[in-house]
Amino acid sequence: MGSFSLNYLLRRLLVFFLTIWVAATLMFIIPRLAPGDPIGAMIARMAQFEGFVEGADLIIESWRKRFGLDDPIHVQYLNYLGNTLRLDLGYSMGNFPATVTELVGRALPWTIGLIGISTIIFFTVGNLCGALLAWYRTPKLLKLMIPISMSFTSVPPALLSLLLVYIFGFKLPLFPIVGSYGRGMVPELSPEFLGSVLYHGFLPAMSIVLATFGFWALGMRGMMVTIEGEDYMILAQAKGLKPFYVLYRYMIRNAILPQMTALAVSIGTLINGSVLVEIMFTYNGMGSLIYSGINTLDFGLIQGTALILIVSSALATLIIDLTYPLIDPRISLEGR
Amino acid sequence: MADSSSSSGGPPGKDLDSRYAGLAPVAGGTKKAGALNRFDNPWLNWKFLAGASIIGLIFFFVFLGNLFWDTELALAASSPLNMPPVGFTNWRGQEGIPEHPLGTENSGRDMLALIIVGTPRTIGVGVIAASIGMCVGIILGFLSGFVGGWVDDVIRLATDVTITIPSLLVLVVIQSVLPSISLVTMALLISMFAWATPTRYIRAQVLSMRESGYVQMARLSGVPTRDIMYREIMPNLLPYLAASYIGNMTGAILAAVGLELLGLGPQRIPSLGVSIFFSIEAAALLRNMWWWWGIPTVILAVVFIALLLINLGLDEIANPRLRKAN
Repeated sequence: MGSFSLNYLLRRLLVFFLTIWVAATLMFIIPRLAPGDPIGAMIARMAQFEGFVEGADLIIESWRKRFGLDDPIHVQYLNYLGNTLRLDLGYSMGNFPATVTELVGRALPWTIGLIGISTIIFFTVGNLCGALLAWYRTPKLLKLMIPISMSFTSVPPALLSLLLVYIFGFKLPLFPIVGSYGRGMVPELSPEFLGSVLYHGFLPAMSIVLATFGFWALGMRGMMVTIEGEDYMILAQAKGLKPFYVLYRYMIRNAILPQMTALAVSIGTLINGSVLVEIMFTYNGMGSLIYSGINTLDFGLIQGTALILIVSSALATLIIDLTYPLIDPRISLEGR
Repeated sequence: MADSSSSSGGPPGKDLDSRYAGLAPVAGGTKKAGALNRFDNPWLNWKFLAGASIIGLIFFFVFLGNLFWDTELALAASSPLNMPPVGFTNWRGQEGIPEHPLGTENSGRDMLALIIVGTPRTIGVGVIAASIGMCVGIILGFLSGFVGGWVDDVIRLATDVTITIPSLLVLVVIQSVLPSISLVTMALLISMFAWATPTRYIRAQVLSMRESGYVQMARLSGVPTRDIMYREIMPNLLPYLAASYIGNMTGAILAAVGLELLGLGPQRIPSLGVSIFFSIEAAALLRNMWWWWGIPTVILAVVFIALLLINLGLDEIANPRLRKAN
């Protein structure tokens, strides 16, 4: 078993590092494919907007050093990889003299919090709904209610957040629709601040949950139906086990495994969705950071934020993949 | 290869299974009674039909619109500004006029014309990107599943890496350095990420079908590998391929709408997402111009729900157990 587990671990680690390397390389290549000198063009465009770019020389110099215009390309590439490894993502042109790393460091916890909490909610609710949909003892009323609650499934979270902003922000102003905590509050570990964070995060999280949990319910239902046909279910019934015990131990615990795999695969899509949701709510996360980068033509900011989000995605996937053998011991035996 | 016991991977008690095997047909028999219905054609699935009719209706509407409505009105400055739909008043107290039944937006585009022009453009991006992604996915999926060895390793690795990367972010980076972009370029860019999910899915299906009885039988009878692929596996894979295609299309439209919401789409002739982006930029929510962002949003939502219904229907067509559960 030991060698197979090692194989699994190594493969996951390989995917993790390969993803980061591919992402970093893409960020290195893409600006070079654009016509003209991207740095000069960027500064020129910024100067057009604001008349004068504060610290333009420093930016150009830092970017030249980063993208290097004098070194041979492989030296530039190695330097770039080295800088990225040290998390030196350069200056943000729109927020000079702040570095991209500083801005990202401030925004990342919000995004992780938003995605993390919504993931826990939609994964739990979705799987529970799916299990109940397939279970023969579920009350008829519930079996009718659950599909109705799933009607927003597959509507993009960003569009759903537009609807939620309109309904709960304008028509019935129950929830705040701007920012991730109350205006004038200082981030601290006080109950008022945490309450404000939850209050502000409710609608963004709801738009992700409502748009997503139906997928998990459907997937879970499919798995449960397949399991209901297995011989060991007949055995469990023949043994006279309690229905709830059978539901949990025999059905949910088996059906949840493919769902975990699916969760690892869906992290990328989830981040895509939450970036857009953040923009709709001007939530102080990575999505809003990217959006401000697009609006101020701050290429360094866009690039750095995207890179860190991709790394986060790879890390989250790795964590799920590594916890998977703990809940499904078969995986380490199969050596996948 | 013949080790199919590992794939079932059931709980402990394999020997018990065989001891209680007599019980299985009884339970299975009662379930199968419904399947003997004469009208039980799997393609008469209400979800599939409902989804397909919604998409069909949308295209019918677009077709009629192109015949009877002036699509030039989708260009800026072709109509009066900020008119509400018929039967409503805007914040300036203007009534909706029949010349612009769904109202107009900030820069003088007629909403009806915008929808007639924008809806097929939005769906078109999905079709182009998903088709390319599917073709690549079928080739790589079959290669991976059939050839195995290092080819399989490389393809699996590439698939895993591509799926882990949130595509929207790379697309944003690309489009932020490209000065302007056409709809087709956007579709091509999206298709760079649209191959991975089908590849993984098709590989898994091919692997499981390769072990199934009829393929083993064909192999034992000396059918060449190519014929096994095209004559045995392909036809059985069709519902799966169709479902995968629809899922892929949903993903591609989602990516396109995402880019458009960020203001990175082609903007001269707006598609639905660009129209929503303009409305957000112009604070249509604050000005209570619900028709501007609301109509494109609802149409997009309907398209997505219809695609999901088709997908669910295809799932049930492919998997009889899901059908029986209803």
